[in-house]
Amino acid sequence: MPPVTPESPVDKVADKPMLRASNLFCERDERVLFSGLDLELSEGQILQLQGSNGSGKTTLMRILCGLNDSYEGQISWYGEAIEEQTASFFSSLLYIGHRVGVSKALTPLENLRWSCSLRQQTSEEEILKALAEVGLRGFEESPCYTLSAGQQQRVSLARLLINPARLWILDEPFTTLDKKGVDLLETLLQAHVKAGGAVMVTTHHKLDIPELSILSLG
Amino acid sequence: MAAEQTSTLTAFYATLKRDLLIAFKRKNDVVNPFMFFVIVVSLFPIGISPESDRLSEIAAGVIWISVLLASMLSMDNLYRADYEDGSLEQLLLSPHPLFFMVLAKNLSHWLVSGLPVVLVSPLLAYMLNLPEEAYTTLFCSLLIGTPIMSLVGSIAVALTVGLGSRGLILAVITLPMSVPVLIFGTLSVQATLNAASPIGLLAIMLAMLAVAVSLAPLASAAALRISVN
Repeated sequence: MPPVTPESPVDKVADKPMLRASNLFCERDERVLFSGLDLELSEGQILQLQGSNGSGKTTLMRILCGLNDSYEGQISWYGEAIEEQTASFFSSLLYIGHRVGVSKALTPLENLRWSCSLRQQTSEEEILKALAEVGLRGFEESPCYTLSAGQQQRVSLARLLINPARLWILDEPFTTLDKKGVDLLETLLQAHVKAGGAVMVTTHHKLDIPELSILSLG
Repeated sequence: MAAEQTSTLTAFYATLKRDLLIAFKRKNDVVNPFMFFVIVVSLFPIGISPESDRLSEIAAGVIWISVLLASMLSMDNLYRADYEDGSLEQLLLSPHPLFFMVLAKNLSHWLVSGLPVVLVSPLLAYMLNLPEEAYTTLFCSLLIGTPIMSLVGSIAVALTVGLGSRGLILAVITLPMSVPVLIFGTLSVQATLNAASPIGLLAIMLAMLAVAVSLAPLASAAALRISVN
């Protein structure tokens, strides 16, 4: 028998990019946002989407998340069509959009309890720790309508700390954050990428991360 | 970091609990439709006639129609706030089947807006002088009918949640779909008053409920995916 070249399944997965989109076409209100767009996102990579207002950054992100299906083209998750992988894809994805997903009627603690229980078992301590880490110690029990926009953004960022999702898709996460918050998020992004995660982010802010690659739209 | 993914049942309970909590914190949204229901019902004796014979004839219909109108008022709470604050997107992106998440939201909506109406209905029936023997039937028909209205209304809310100005479109979509429930609900009370058995009619309503529970959340889920597009 000829010797079989050793090939561990891990390598095989690593060969394929985490997320690949090919030949994407999207049209909105009879205006072509992008056509023939290809992109690849691998583990340990951070991709910054750039483009002027209205160039389709948010639309592209929502298409990749599966929130928007008005597109043509293929999207694959570890080499397989995303439509057949939704459960595995959704459990590895964390999306934070313009609307941060924080209910104003609830407290940060209650918000996180819910959003975490949709994903993986989380203890109360983990949530409290994450809240403290994003600088919301003392606000755990205040209703979110009493918090500022930046603090609400921080509540949703706490999800990044709790959730082991491999792929983060963040739409303008820096907009409402103060200087300290920006530093915190940058550290988080770096740590995530180092640990083998992937990030896709839109921001007009200049990111200072070595693993950064940039995709310009429009 | 290899935490286990939650079971769908856990996610179901968490969503149910969250919606009940929000309802508890925003009492206005809950109390207003209920008060509307009580007031509308009590307007009929004033407007038509306080004569007990006349009232007892229309009692079942009045209560049923008021329940329908009140449920219109409360429907909008179902997905509106979640759509606006982005929680709906998080729900859509959860690894659990959206069917059960929608079902949890519908159940919470019914517990908060449907059940109180059902519980208070005997009192209002007494006010409208509904003959005593029909109380149980009215109560049962409402108990079966209100969850159907929540489930069916949920489809319409899910379809319209992304629209900027909805106006009356919700009522235009939902009210015609509620007609079968209204027919069987009032018929069952009428049957009891005519000394016939309402069991058959209630069984048909139960069948409608079974269909609604199994199919309406599917339609709501599909409609929600379209709405966030």
